[in-house]
Amino acid sequence: MQTPAAFEYERATSVDGAIASLERLGSEARVIAGGHSLLPMMKLRLANPEHLVDINDLTELSYIREQEGEIRIGAMTRHVDLLRSDLLAQHFPLFRDAETVIADPVVRNRGTIGGSLCQADAAEDLSAVCAAAKASVVIRGSGGERVVSMDGFHVGPFTTAVGAAEILIEVRLPVRPDGGSAHEKVERRAGDWAIAAASAAVWMQDGTIGDAGIALSAVGLTTIHVTRAEELLRGKAPSDELFAEAGAIASEDCSPASDGRGPIDYKRHLAGVLTQRALRRATARALHQEA
Amino acid sequence: MTINVSMTVNGAQVSHDIEPRMLLVHFVRETLELTGTHWGCDTSNCGACVVRIDGQPVKSCTILAAMCDGHEVATVESLEVEGQLDPIQMGFHERHALQCGFCTPGMLMTTRALLDENPDPTDHEIRVAISGAICRCTGYKNIVSAVRWAAEHEAATANREG
Amino acid sequence: MATIENLPSPSAERPIGFGRLKRKEDARFIRGQGTYLDDIRLPGMVHGAILRSPYAHARVVSIDTSRALAHPNVAAVVTAKDLETLGLAWMPTISYDTQAVLAGDKVRFQGQEVAFVIATDEYSANDALQLIDVEYEPLPAIVNARKALDPDAPLIRDDKAGQHDNLASPTWEAGDEEATNRAFAEADTVVSRDIIYPRCHPAPLETCGIIADFNPQTGQLNIWNGNQAPHAHRTVYAHVAGLAEHMIRIRCSDIGGGFGNKVPVYPGYVCAIAGSIVAGVPVKWIENRTENLVSTGFARDYVMRAEMCSKDGKITGLRVDVIADHGAFDSTAQPTKFPAGFFHIVCGSYDLQASHVKVKAVYTNKAPGGVAYRCSFRITEAVYLVERMVDALALKMKADPIDLRMRSFIAPGQFPYETTTGWTYDSGNYAETMKVAMDIAGYDDLRREQREKRERGELMGIGVAFFTEGVGAGPRKHMDILGLAMNDGADLRVHPSGKAVVSISAQTQGQGHETTFAQIVAEELGIPPEDIEVRQGDTDKSPYGLGTYGSRSTPVSGAAVAVVSRKVRDKARLIAATMLETRPEDLAWEKGRWYVKGDPEKGAMIEDIAVRAYGGEPMPEGMEGGLDAQVIYDPPNLTYPYGAYIAVVDVDPDTAQVTVRRFIAVDDCGVRINPMIVDGQIHGGLAEGIGIALMELLSFDAEGNCLNSSFMDYLIPTALECPDFELGETVTPCPHHPLGAKGVGESPNVGSPPAIVNAVIDALYETHGVDHIDMPCTPARVWAAMQGRPEPPQ
Repeated sequence: MQTPAAFEYERATSVDGAIASLERLGSEARVIAGGHSLLPMMKLRLANPEHLVDINDLTELSYIREQEGEIRIGAMTRHVDLLRSDLLAQHFPLFRDAETVIADPVVRNRGTIGGSLCQADAAEDLSAVCAAAKASVVIRGSGGERVVSMDGFHVGPFTTAVGAAEILIEVRLPVRPDGGSAHEKVERRAGDWAIAAASAAVWMQDGTIGDAGIALSAVGLTTIHVTRAEELLRGKAPSDELFAEAGAIASEDCSPASDGRGPIDYKRHLAGVLTQRALRRATARALHQEA
Repeated sequence: MTINVSMTVNGAQVSHDIEPRMLLVHFVRETLELTGTHWGCDTSNCGACVVRIDGQPVKSCTILAAMCDGHEVATVESLEVEGQLDPIQMGFHERHALQCGFCTPGMLMTTRALLDENPDPTDHEIRVAISGAICRCTGYKNIVSAVRWAAEHEAATANREG
Repeated sequence: MATIENLPSPSAERPIGFGRLKRKEDARFIRGQGTYLDDIRLPGMVHGAILRSPYAHARVVSIDTSRALAHPNVAAVVTAKDLETLGLAWMPTISYDTQAVLAGDKVRFQGQEVAFVIATDEYSANDALQLIDVEYEPLPAIVNARKALDPDAPLIRDDKAGQHDNLASPTWEAGDEEATNRAFAEADTVVSRDIIYPRCHPAPLETCGIIADFNPQTGQLNIWNGNQAPHAHRTVYAHVAGLAEHMIRIRCSDIGGGFGNKVPVYPGYVCAIAGSIVAGVPVKWIENRTENLVSTGFARDYVMRAEMCSKDGKITGLRVDVIADHGAFDSTAQPTKFPAGFFHIVCGSYDLQASHVKVKAVYTNKAPGGVAYRCSFRITEAVYLVERMVDALALKMKADPIDLRMRSFIAPGQFPYETTTGWTYDSGNYAETMKVAMDIAGYDDLRREQREKRERGELMGIGVAFFTEGVGAGPRKHMDILGLAMNDGADLRVHPSGKAVVSISAQTQGQGHETTFAQIVAEELGIPPEDIEVRQGDTDKSPYGLGTYGSRSTPVSGAAVAVVSRKVRDKARLIAATMLETRPEDLAWEKGRWYVKGDPEKGAMIEDIAVRAYGGEPMPEGMEGGLDAQVIYDPPNLTYPYGAYIAVVDVDPDTAQVTVRRFIAVDDCGVRINPMIVDGQIHGGLAEGIGIALMELLSFDAEGNCLNSSFMDYLIPTALECPDFELGETVTPCPHHPLGAKGVGESPNVGSPPAIVNAVIDALYETHGVDHIDMPCTPARVWAAMQGRPEPPQ
């Protein structure tokens, strides 16, 4: 069986303690949460950290609550809890859409939202979900906390705004009235990473789309935030033609690579189709018309 | 470099000095000699290594033993209690839900957890629950049937016992 | 133990003989008490790990093991140089080729074995792999079988004297070329297709491995190894390592699935044996999943061109030209005289006027193998081809694919039927089986539903496949492997208590031998199956035979058990006659008992006969005591199971995702010894067939990098891709098998891929003009076909 290289291990008992450990141990230290991205890389010896700081005891980072007009999700909240949260499903149903198709139920028992976002794999679903939902994230270091938008969070492929001695501690989703959202994914098989996936959110205002969020997974080096399509939608009445136009923009604005999941043209096609589908469903939900 | 880990495994307290990098599946199989838990893939795709940690099914090939310090681990060896098979074990036998038997421990732990949470799952719910577990032999049909058997058996037993 | 309502009656639950007997082997497996290879630990055991080539084709310039040897937990590092001194650097394959155990001169595929590390534990062994420094000089790689024979293609097997190209075997032919030309000249419709059966992998959930324990004092070599043919392996080891065959003992652990992957002898096995001989301690080596996928027995990889013709609405001729991609070494698992296995059963279930098959094989810079992934020696490729071609012909003829099959089937009255490529099918009623499948499917309703859906823009396809397999290899007059007759032994001993042990040369990997073979003895002797112990997989404790693969357990080993049971029964008759003071010919048999004809009250139970056989009272004149017998069974012919499969698929018009909504499988595998186990075998094979049709693929980039080297990319269907299979049966007993059984394990894997692909094409032809697609039907590949540019898999 594949086995990781040797490392030293410590368990954090507080967020600040974890940050202090990271500062002390330097660049060869990594935080381990659910471990379902990091450990497979370590077994393949693609990641060889010298120190692991285990933050699984930080149960204070496991929560989904409504506070100050936001849904706030602790970084250690596991996929299974995101899937089951009625509060989250009520305000942001795209989380439940995504969580039914992220990996498999057993993996979802371990993997965390913080781990998923910090891995920053462009094929990962939650990054697109959070971008579409206009989330921001709270990053804490020894110097204190800062709040970063998803656009600011995604620095590059597998790279985020979280510094070497920082920890992502919370995801914040602003709750606005008359919203609806949906996530659509095409995968080769249940549990696989996306060939392409699209997250969409709309907030209705007087019969038109007041604001929209659209983001794509697996069709670029990072999560693709389709701002041009969001602009198109703002202030317009929802219609299939409008969504088709938004889908066309999504197809154009993504930059997929050809791989075992499919060629570029297929992925562009999917970006368009899934954007349309997600928008249609998001709008139906916002209007309480979902079939 | 070793560290000490202590945890409850199948109800018994265990404590061992191990390398931090030891995977839970190896701790269970090699250190504790509980070989009912298998491994099949390295990448958390196959589910042969599923055990329960604090009641939740997890893939023990993708968790460090050190991460389980202070927690409760249950393996397939915990299912039979004082010579009484768990209904899920009986169901797998009754409905021919195993052939080579290699995926069986993981399937049993996964579906036992399902029934603990959802005593009356639909066929589709069962299929979703085991979708992170690969069986190369059965085509899953009889596994679904076995879980239904166990669910019905447990419901009947509960009714009888009022 | 508590029971639930509506349990079947006890007799149906616990048949003495054939029936839905629950499995004996379950007791240990449901408790996690199976003993698979990695569960075995021997005192002093050390662990092996293999360094593998990152290149598909490269010269090995140097190997420096010094840093690895300096690792405190490393006992030894073995390279080709070390093996050369033992004469073990190369080993013979089962196809009379040679294969490097460890690469010395060149690496010829990515993942090829380069060095073998022995360390105190698995973690250290893996660490040491990173400490071996190998310098390679990369060479251009060949991964495409069609390009392997280009004049400027790099020579892969420069180790072989006289090898000047990448041809692995000369062209092999079957059928009658001239007669086939005539059939095509007279035909009114001809279709042709280029069809690829892509490279896939059996990927049993338990990977391959071995524990080798050589005792230098006694010269005894003990091997623990989950393999499908322990006796054949022992003979090979004796040959390779120059050890005395009787001093080698192989014990098969419980096997976590085989599907053909555990038939061959792999370099890792030889390394572990050499390691144990050198180190003097037991050496365990077990592949990780990547090693399993990139280096051990792949399946298929047939590049085929076919033409089929019809006249007056009936299929008349077939012409096939195949390039087989064997990878870097020819280690395909085939009987010696059949370099393309049984591929020439490609004329299928049809009464053809003529057919002609040509197969040549090439070397490429891909892993060796060519094992039968739940397939009897290339029948899977043959059935896929012919069933795709029949559908292609039906498309051109604008005929219903079932109608065309019905018109072209071999008729019941034609059996025994000699095919145009030389097989003698023993029995069949194909139309009847096809009709049962149509009834279960509701074929006419499905066609109606399809038309309605099409009008709404929904894509639904109905696909049919009808297969005939030849399994149970095989008659010694026709076939052998490495000179070993493909026969199987059985040794039955009824003890004085009336309980029995039957030892067999087959080896279960999940097929339920412990139950099924006990049922055969029970059926023949009337001893309850729980009183019959089935022994297998230990070369010291079972008779010689060629093992379990190619659906041969029931056809060959099962027949051996039936025959040996009958020998015991015959002996029991003579003893009973003495006991009952009558003549043997005056006795009649009922299950478990010989009785006097005309006086049924007067008889002797088998357990009473056993007591007598071992007791102090006299035996019949000239007869030895005891109640046992031994046979080696040589099948007179293959058996020919067949079946009709119907797949119903839905294709998402926008995303091109294929869903197998229904799958109907009607198998005729002759007499079913344990219908529960038979159904289970079919379910499992159908799931594999869905995998092959939709997602399982070993693909390579131009440099020869394997792109599917873990279960993240070698996709196996989960419960969510498999429908609730709908099974049916017809029973046409095999006329020459003592039980009328035919074997079933591979039928579902053989029959399901063409049904699914035919269904996908059926869904897309009318709306998108798709008349061909190669497997796997992934969303991307189906979408490309819908855009009018289908691509072959690579």
